[in-house]
Amino acid sequence: MSDEVLRLEGIGKTFNQGTALEARVLQDINLRLGRGELTALIGPSGSGKSTLLNLIGLLDVPTAGELYLQGRPTRSSDDATRTRMRNESLGFVFQFHHLISAFSVLENVLMPLIIRSGRPSAEAVELARSLLQEVGLERLADKRPTEISGGQQQRVAIARALVTRPPLLLADEPTGNLDSRTAASVFDLFRRINEQFGCSILVVTHDPRLAASCPRTIELVDGRIVSDGASIPMPP
Amino acid sequence: MSIRPLLSSAWTEWLIALRFLLDNRMQTLLILFGITVGSAVIVFITAIITGLQSNVVDRTLGTQAHIRVLPLDEFNRLAPLPAGTLSLLRESPRAQRLRSISNWQDVVTLLDQHPRLTAVSPVVSGPALALSGVARASVALIGMDPLRYERIIPISEDLLAGRFRVGAGHAVIGSELARDLGLNTGDKLRLDGGEGREAVVDVAGIFELGVRELDARYVYLDLKQAQTLLALPGGVTVIDTRVDEIFAADELARRIERLTGLRGESWMETNGQLLNALRSQSMTTQMIRLFVGISVAFGIASVLAVSVVQRTREIGILRAMGSPRGQILRVFLLQGGLLGLLGSGIGGAVGWLLVQVFNIFGPGLFQVTVEPGLIPAAMLIACLAGVLAAAVPARRAAHYDPAVAIRYV
Ligand SMILES: Nc1ncnc2c1ncn2[C@@H]1O[C@H](COP(=O)(O)OP(=O)(O)OP(=O)(O)O)[C@@H](O)[C@H]1O
Ligand SMILES: [Mg+2]
Repeated sequence: MSDEVLRLEGIGKTFNQGTALEARVLQDINLRLGRGELTALIGPSGSGKSTLLNLIGLLDVPTAGELYLQGRPTRSSDDATRTRMRNESLGFVFQFHHLISAFSVLENVLMPLIIRSGRPSAEAVELARSLLQEVGLERLADKRPTEISGGQQQRVAIARALVTRPPLLLADEPTGNLDSRTAASVFDLFRRINEQFGCSILVVTHDPRLAASCPRTIELVDGRIVSDGASIPMPP
Repeated sequence: MSIRPLLSSAWTEWLIALRFLLDNRMQTLLILFGITVGSAVIVFITAIITGLQSNVVDRTLGTQAHIRVLPLDEFNRLAPLPAGTLSLLRESPRAQRLRSISNWQDVVTLLDQHPRLTAVSPVVSGPALALSGVARASVALIGMDPLRYERIIPISEDLLAGRFRVGAGHAVIGSELARDLGLNTGDKLRLDGGEGREAVVDVAGIFELGVRELDARYVYLDLKQAQTLLALPGGVTVIDTRVDEIFAADELARRIERLTGLRGESWMETNGQLLNALRSQSMTTQMIRLFVGISVAFGIASVLAVSVVQRTREIGILRAMGSPRGQILRVFLLQGGLLGLLGSGIGGAVGWLLVQVFNIFGPGLFQVTVEPGLIPAAMLIACLAGVLAAAVPARRAAHYDPAVAIRYV
């Protein structure tokens, strides 16, 4: 079991439960992610991909089932515990990068560590710089997020998600806002860090070509998993 | 929670709060300007009104005792009635003749020992006529011991001519009286206490207290001569005192009454109207300060409310990265406190400068000093008000649902 990063058992999510606006978005989701897996999550718009990712990211609470992060049940944890688990075990990359404009690129990368333990140590700064180097942006360390391109911002966000060395990285349409060439290079980056850092990555994408480049693909339709298996390689 | 995580969290909160303020430079500058103007106004009017009031009080008390200890009024004594009798009375109040405080030496000794009285001076005073050539004026004779009396009213400081010298046939009179009777220092003045009690004295000095009534009527003598003229040998009619805290005079007067069985009359009773005026002025100032303070606080609150909305996504991502609710809350409370502190610091300095400008270019009736505690107090209050004003937006930020906040556009 030590190879398991995430396990979902019978997860369901219903918004506005018990009201006229009740919306059953996820039903009976069962899923396991192992250490170092690179998995694509695909599905039509509105199928519940973001909702699922929010549940896995402990940003939202399921209405049914149990979610184990590194073997620990999470459903009945309080907000403080979930917040700490997010900081320690998870990295987030979103479609709109969400860098904080008041901080430099380097400080943005350091932010999860600053939140955790205040003034960053010399090693932390060293690690952040090496991650920036990894994503090819070490020259931009002192720039503000507004001074760099969208693709560069997304790379900074990836470096930031990696700075705590999380066992699981969650990315919700990280390339949705980028042109196809930049998207491909960001995806390459995901593959590389997956190999290099051995962290498990779950990435939501609309792009079948990008999904095909992941070893495993999960497809969601109407809030249910309809297929889960090895990706079918795209014909060239 | 031990101290280390607390400190590191505080470091993070300061960093984020400062960066957020610097990042919104225009908003920060505008609200700082607002806080500066508000606190400058508060510091300025507080200093001016405090200065004005203490000046008025000083002037009033410069010419009178804080508490006058007097004999009880005389009243009609009725023979006791046999039980069961009904009596209908028609009483006319008794004329209050000039009379001495019985055993006043003991009372003076007692008051001398009172820790809250800073000066005690027995005085004999009563009406007389002053004559010089064909001119005559009705005057008030004040017999006193100059050493004691000067600690109540420092006459020497207000002398126009001569010296404050009484006894051995000397008298000191007011400037108005001197003018009315055509007198100069060294001239002779005849005093008539009635019923043939007369004396001729030398004018040793002429004072001007700036209160017409006193300058036209007061004639200072030593105790003995006044006692003789007023037919009260060895007696005093009133004991003047000064207290350590002027606004406690009323309460102290009551205590002295209980202590001595005499009547205590505080300056606050005799200057009721003045006190009323001062009180309503203080109230007006208080209102102005309150409303300026409230509008400044609302300014801070609205700027932070806007900032919280603008930063919804950033707050969401901070929460996603593991920033606890309390940290987000304190980031915004800190911003409020910092704005209040900084704005009131600058505002305090501006207010202080305005006071100096007022002292140099103002009407020049009195000098205003800014009390040393005023600006730190203003800064402390502004800082607390800033934190308080930030409470609503900060709570809102802390309770954002991170999943929703991240998707906010
Ligand atoms: N807070 C919410 N309250 C009510 N319904 C919601 C809420 N969040 C999402 N939904 C609904 O849940 C369904 C799934 O939404 P979700 O965002 O998970 O889809 P998605 O697969 O990520 O779609 P897309 O590919 O367009 O991003 C949608 O029908 C949406 O309207
Ligand atoms: Mg989505």
